[in-house]
Amino acid sequence: MTTEVLERPSGERAAESDTRIADCDIHPSPKSLEHEIYPFLEKRWQRHLERYGARPRQPFLNGPAYPKGQPDAARRDAYPPAGGRPGSDLAFMREQHLDPNDVGFGVLNPLKSGQGLQNLDFADAYCRAINDWQIAFWTREEPRLKASIVIPYEDAAASVGEIERCAGEEDYVQVFMLNRTAEPMGQRRYWPIYDAAAAAGLPLAVHAFGFGGAPISGSGWPSYYIEDMTGHAQSSQAVLTSMIFEGVFDRLPGLRMVLIESGFAWLPALCWRLDRVWMRMRDELHRCKRRPSEIVREQVFLTTQPMEEPRRPRQLLDCIEWIGWDRLLFATDYPHWDFDRPDRVLPPSVDRDRRRAFFRENALRVYGRQMP
Amino acid sequence: MTLHAVAPVADFPPGTRRCVVLEGRRIALFNVGGRYFGLLDRCPHQGGPLSEGVLTGLVEAKAPGEYSFSRPGEILRCPWHGWEFDLATGESRFDPRRHKTRAYRVTAAPGEELKAETVPVRVEEDYVVVET
Repeated sequence: MTTEVLERPSGERAAESDTRIADCDIHPSPKSLEHEIYPFLEKRWQRHLERYGARPRQPFLNGPAYPKGQPDAARRDAYPPAGGRPGSDLAFMREQHLDPNDVGFGVLNPLKSGQGLQNLDFADAYCRAINDWQIAFWTREEPRLKASIVIPYEDAAASVGEIERCAGEEDYVQVFMLNRTAEPMGQRRYWPIYDAAAAAGLPLAVHAFGFGGAPISGSGWPSYYIEDMTGHAQSSQAVLTSMIFEGVFDRLPGLRMVLIESGFAWLPALCWRLDRVWMRMRDELHRCKRRPSEIVREQVFLTTQPMEEPRRPRQLLDCIEWIGWDRLLFATDYPHWDFDRPDRVLPPSVDRDRRRAFFRENALRVYGRQMP
Repeated sequence: MTLHAVAPVADFPPGTRRCVVLEGRRIALFNVGGRYFGLLDRCPHQGGPLSEGVLTGLVEAKAPGEYSFSRPGEILRCPWHGWEFDLATGESRFDPRRHKTRAYRVTAAPGEELKAETVPVRVEEDYVVVET
């Protein structure tokens, strides 16, 4: 009798054939405030919401200042068959997105919360409720999904309290802000937030949108939504410039920042410009000791969606080479209308190692997680 | 050319749409005011399902402030990024040569003329027929 020893694939081989991806920008919505959010919101604030509404820091309007590309900013095919807003039905999210796109690690970024609201006490209470809701209704039900700690960032002390309250819970993977703040994000009123994020070992995620009260572009209020969309790249550049020159990254060399939904092709040109002015004029600054491009290379990451789409795809690849294939975290923005589909975003010429970095390894490294 | 009977005419009234799979391809079918249209159910941009898009019309402007709206219901917006396609030709509005999806000829035909079919056909009825 002979015994045949079959060659078994090693663990490493098995991992290589794993095609699951990370999606670093998924937007969940509650099915209803009454059933999903009110259990975490004190009666006093429930009454407040009903009487006064959630008033953002902008004049006259109770929501975004610009209309969206599609209703609710959503893919038309993302309305759950059982009813409710896009992104409100976990079963349908699995069926339409997580399963077919093979998402093994998905980061939830709730956009409707207390962030950017005028009433800071309400902002704090509403953020806490949204954080509890993410765990109770999403991450506990679906281990592939992870939560964000949303904070009332115009109140640094309350934000620190919320980061500390949540940081022990493993399902939170980042501290979450929006990029249109009341003042440039590197300024000292926000520093306690960054200290707390770094102390908790959590990346600081900064998503497009928000309500700072200032015009959304560097030259005033534009006329159209299409300019709102373009403006996210400007806002992120302002955020990054302020964080670098105010010295936040030098103060906290362990802090990692993830810029979400602002594109990325602008980054090389910004770094060239920052390096140039820093080389010539840095004696104006007290706290920024490192070359800006070096800070970006060490501490800054960007999610990919909405990817720039030049006519010649080669130009996009050049741009990614300049940024570094280790800096970009794939994101779809599901269920929003400007969704990027994972099998269509990179040309076929991109090799397997780069794809793995782009679609999963970078995200798992930044968030310090394994595929569940 | 193959003819596929996909539904009795009576089951596919004006203002409705449906999706069929013919020869392995999903095809989105529309009845717009009694005229039938068919498009490959895949946007050439990122693959969005065109069958779930909104039907709109053709908005044109000769000059700022002067605009016209024509062909109501014959322009389809992709449910994802809003690319617009002409239902009759499958051509995109913004770059008809480079960006288009396949359009199929869809007609009504009497049952007795039909040979190839995907639904059982009775000779006394009329059927919506897709050419592939």
